[in-house]
Amino acid sequence: MEKWHLMTIVVLIGLTVRWTVSLNSYSGAGKPPMFGDYEAQRHWQEITFNLPIKQWYFNSSDNNLQYWGLDYPPLTAYHSLLCAYVAKFINPDWIALHTSRGYESQAHKLFMRTTVLIADLLIYIPAVVLYCCCLKEISTKKKVANALCILLYPGLILIDYGHFHLGFALWGVLGVSCDWDLLGSLAFCLAINYKQMELYHSLPFFCFLLGKCFKKGLKGKGFVLLIKLACTVVASFILCWLPFCTEREQTLQVLRRLFPVDRGLFEDKVANIWCSFSIFLKIKEILPHHFQIIISFCFTFLSLLPACVKLTLQPSSKGFRFTLVSCALSFFLFSFQVHEKSILLVSLPVCLVLSEIPFMSTWFLLVSTFSMLPLLLKDELLMPLVVTTIAFFIACATSFSIFEKTSEEELQLKSFSLSVRKYLPCFTFLSRIIQYLFLISVITMVLLTLITVTLDPPQKLPDLFSVLVCFVSCLHFLFFLVYFNIIIMWDSKSGRNQKKIN
Amino acid sequence: MAALGIAMGGGNWFSALALGVTLLKCLLIPTYHSTDFEVHRNWLAITHSLPVSQWYYEATSEWTLDYPPFFAWFEYALSHVAKYFDQEMLNVRNLNYSSSRTLLFQRFSVIFTDALFVYAVHECCKCIDGKKAGKELTEKPKFILSVLLLWNFGLLIVDHIHFQYNGFLFGLMLLSIARLFQKRHMEGAFLFAVLLHFKHIYLYVAPAYGVYLLRSYCFTANKPDGSIRWNSFSFVRVISLGLIVFLVSALSLGPFLALNQLPQVLSRLFPFKRGLCHAYWAPNFWALYNALDKVLSIIGPRGFLRCLILCALSSFLFGWHVHEKAILLAVLPMSLLSVGKAGDASIFLILTTTGHYSLFPLLFTAPELPTKILLMLLFTTYSISSLKTLFRKEKPLFNWLETFYLLGLGPLEVFCEFVFPFTSWKLKYPFIPLLLTSVYCAAGITYAWFKLYVSVLSDPPSSKTKKQ
Repeated sequence: MEKWHLMTIVVLIGLTVRWTVSLNSYSGAGKPPMFGDYEAQRHWQEITFNLPIKQWYFNSSDNNLQYWGLDYPPLTAYHSLLCAYVAKFINPDWIALHTSRGYESQAHKLFMRTTVLIADLLIYIPAVVLYCCCLKEISTKKKVANALCILLYPGLILIDYGHFHLGFALWGVLGVSCDWDLLGSLAFCLAINYKQMELYHSLPFFCFLLGKCFKKGLKGKGFVLLIKLACTVVASFILCWLPFCTEREQTLQVLRRLFPVDRGLFEDKVANIWCSFSIFLKIKEILPHHFQIIISFCFTFLSLLPACVKLTLQPSSKGFRFTLVSCALSFFLFSFQVHEKSILLVSLPVCLVLSEIPFMSTWFLLVSTFSMLPLLLKDELLMPLVVTTIAFFIACATSFSIFEKTSEEELQLKSFSLSVRKYLPCFTFLSRIIQYLFLISVITMVLLTLITVTLDPPQKLPDLFSVLVCFVSCLHFLFFLVYFNIIIMWDSKSGRNQKKIN
Repeated sequence: MAALGIAMGGGNWFSALALGVTLLKCLLIPTYHSTDFEVHRNWLAITHSLPVSQWYYEATSEWTLDYPPFFAWFEYALSHVAKYFDQEMLNVRNLNYSSSRTLLFQRFSVIFTDALFVYAVHECCKCIDGKKAGKELTEKPKFILSVLLLWNFGLLIVDHIHFQYNGFLFGLMLLSIARLFQKRHMEGAFLFAVLLHFKHIYLYVAPAYGVYLLRSYCFTANKPDGSIRWNSFSFVRVISLGLIVFLVSALSLGPFLALNQLPQVLSRLFPFKRGLCHAYWAPNFWALYNALDKVLSIIGPRGFLRCLILCALSSFLFGWHVHEKAILLAVLPMSLLSVGKAGDASIFLILTTTGHYSLFPLLFTAPELPTKILLMLLFTTYSISSLKTLFRKEKPLFNWLETFYLLGLGPLEVFCEFVFPFTSWKLKYPFIPLLLTSVYCAAGITYAWFKLYVSVLSDPPSSKTKKQ
């Protein structure tokens, strides 16, 4: 069958799964007074439609910032405004100032879900399809299978709202990898202006583009490229922030909302180093506030520095993708005020390397879905979670034959093991160890899921299961951080010099 | 790890397809369900709480038991599992009871009983020869047939959204067809007899079975030119077939005969005894007569299949009180023919696409609108592109008129569901979308019926003497 027919079928499957999952409950359904993220999205439509721009980010009698105040950059606000215009056309009650708080109805749910589906269809899905088609050195069948696996990734299906920022980031990656640097960086700037968490991806973009400029020679073409990129970035930022640039106070207030440094090192339970560490030692209470910021900053940067330096000195598309993974993972593990859903920022780059290291990527994506278990159970999404995870696993297992690809070379660890074997000649069990670890990991995740669903936690430790889930996930993520960094650092130069930089 | 790898990656595409569609069915659990949901809940309650003697007399709910006894026993068996989910659903007085556990149980029972359908599809794939096959897995007729049957759009939305138990019933029918293809005639006859006592709507295709078994099983040999050798009639075989049908019917209707309830049962199964039968079978039989007459000269299981499809289509087109869902009776067997010849593939595609589109009015709620459109597009894209690839060496499957007609379904859907509700005609003439859909689809289905009839009549009989 022709490639486009197969791709159409894959996209239709992706859309069908997304829509049928969205028929389930949404976050905060029927839970006054605060409800959940769904209500936050509706509230932003209300605010942006009814209030003038100057008041969007400020606390006022009409705009109570404690009740889901806007804390994303301006593009999110503009998008909410656009949706609000459509909502006004269908039913103004949905966005009436003050009176529409906590509005819940079947029709409104359909409206919100439809806006999400359209957003995915317009931005995210074409990016995935185009990315898979541009993959090199694999057959058509594998490209289509790759697209199917990415579209079936449970995390992005189960989390409520649209993933505009991930879509734009993906366009950014696509552009930059295919040497359309200006378009790529424009797309990425839009992504950052959509959700500030995209800054997790910013360092690899910066280092890769800088490396490209260096490679082209800073005296000639490289310098021109650098200037062009700088102008694109500045222009796109100014364009997005135009209404807020007029007064200093406006800009500062928006920044305060985007980066709430007053809040602590972490909130709720997240599969993060700080949260896991606080099981043993309550750092939140021991260390002073500004010190927490400093150590989080230091750890984050120390962990991502090697990969970024290597990317600047030896820019390559493959290195770029792997550095995206390791940077985002470093930020997730060590950064400030990380939310559970931020793991999606790591999952997206991992989806991009699915065709290169299928076994480890599938493993990581399963763990990332598992790490959001408490959140998903709170939103009553157990059945869709189980179904999409099984579907994703079967799709990956059959498309990539992952269980046959666990040799050292397949795991891209050959150069690393060769180096280690210089000092420890008996280091030959790497792939065997990894297989056993995978088995143990899957069994642990399944057991923990069963326990969390069926049993009640003991009275003295009501958060026991969520904490266990976070702790186990954190250990996995540390392992993956080490793994990805090893791949980047031991990426053999000789292997790449034979191929053109793609 | 390697063993797991072989098990997963190896050639087990059939299991992957079956598992995939089962997962999709699980995702459809929270969708809209029709009054058929309450119908089946009521039957669970009746068969569980009341003695057999009252099953066909119970009328607390308007949805009285109107399927043959085997289906009643099936509901009885299900009710014994249901009591572990929610005891309350088994109370006859709990009209319209639909707690979340009830919903879960009922949906899972449909998904679970579809296992018979999966098995039947597996058996049907064995009957397809792979001579046309390329090396590519997705171009093998077996693969295409499996997808066309397992992922059939009509079955998905009627069973798993609208709510019915057609999966395992069609499984029985496909299994009996497969047995006939495999020359296991007694089993085929037995399975069909059992099917009739599960749901009597399959009586529509009983003549095809009757004629075929008579022709190919009771007459044990043919003359060289393919016509009947009259002296090869085997009484033993006729009697054994008769015995099978008799025993199955006895098992089903026997208890009710003993209780002197047969007239009541029959009146439930065939409402409006005299008037309807008279008017409803007559045009049916009339249309069938022509088909059967010519079909007697065709032998072999493929001929039988065409006859069966013609019966089903004729009764759909000319029968009385026919439900839209009855189109599945023609669509599913037609899938078996579609991977064999290009001409059949073309008829199949027209029949299926229009038939499936005609099921759209069954799901009229807003949340199901994207679901039904996406699933329809999925099935239609797959069926057209896979069959086109399979028969790419022959002439194109559709002429310009047929292409135009099929493409016209798109604008029709846009008009009926997106444009019309916002016009002023909605209040004055609310029936227009349904009318347009019915008329447009009737044109397509009639055309497919006609083409099939013509192809049956124009096939030379001698070509059928070779093993099919």
